[in-house]
Amino acid sequence: MIYRSLFPRDFLSELERLQSEIRQNLDFSPSIRGISRGGFPAINVGSTPKSVEIYAFAPGVDPASIDVQLEKGVLTVAGERRSVLPPPEAKATAHIDERFSGRFRRVVTLPDDIDANSVAARYRDGVLHISIQRRAAAEPRRITVQ
Amino acid sequence: MSETVSKENPSAREAATLVPPVDVIEDQGGITLYADLPGVPKDGINVHVDADTLSIEGEIALDLPEGVESTHAEVSLPRYRRSFTLSRELDADKVNAEFTHGVLKLRIPKAEHALPRKIQIAVE
Repeated sequence: MIYRSLFPRDFLSELERLQSEIRQNLDFSPSIRGISRGGFPAINVGSTPKSVEIYAFAPGVDPASIDVQLEKGVLTVAGERRSVLPPPEAKATAHIDERFSGRFRRVVTLPDDIDANSVAARYRDGVLHISIQRRAAAEPRRITVQ
Repeated sequence: MSETVSKENPSAREAATLVPPVDVIEDQGGITLYADLPGVPKDGINVHVDADTLSIEGEIALDLPEGVESTHAEVSLPRYRRSFTLSRELDADKVNAEFTHGVLKLRIPKAEHALPRKIQIAVE
């Protein structure tokens, strides 16, 4: 029973969080566009035959202040998240300080067949969902063998 | 207030979860906790206090179009969970929770008897 409390259920995910924090700070071999993992906001990308779906997990950001740009097949999400930590002169102590604050910018390279004119972006529950349509010609077509 | 691993039912132990990042700030009146839970709708969040353990849980619900296939995922689990042990001077009955834009804000006031008091020094 003792080992259970030593290696709790959250151990691995906690380790992963620490690891990403270390990577973020030490920056061993960053990608040409910065840290690809562990950055803020975290990004998930999915695709369907008709569209590319990007989910940026950016909680606590004013939707109006998020800047989304699409240029030459590169999508940029930028903005700022204010710190909630008390100023040094306040009579308050921050015991845990893990949440990201400050300016952020993340870049996603998109596939070639996207249609830059049909992009929809929505912000809900702290997630920015960007949906980009693919050009019709790029949809896979079945070719009949004669 | 210190962090703990949950000692809940064994089946919940199996499921891997994301650990949401938090900020915990203490002032004279109590503790304020902010937790990032992006993707969790208002009805998918669960905050509860059991004895001296405060647990935060949330289930992510994204509007995924039909037939979507993941090509890159940094958020790879659909669930958040984290728990903390409250210390005795905090009043767990008066926890106030707000949830906006994926950020949970909890305010846990200190119990009346634990509020700071200035002690007068009598000079003879």
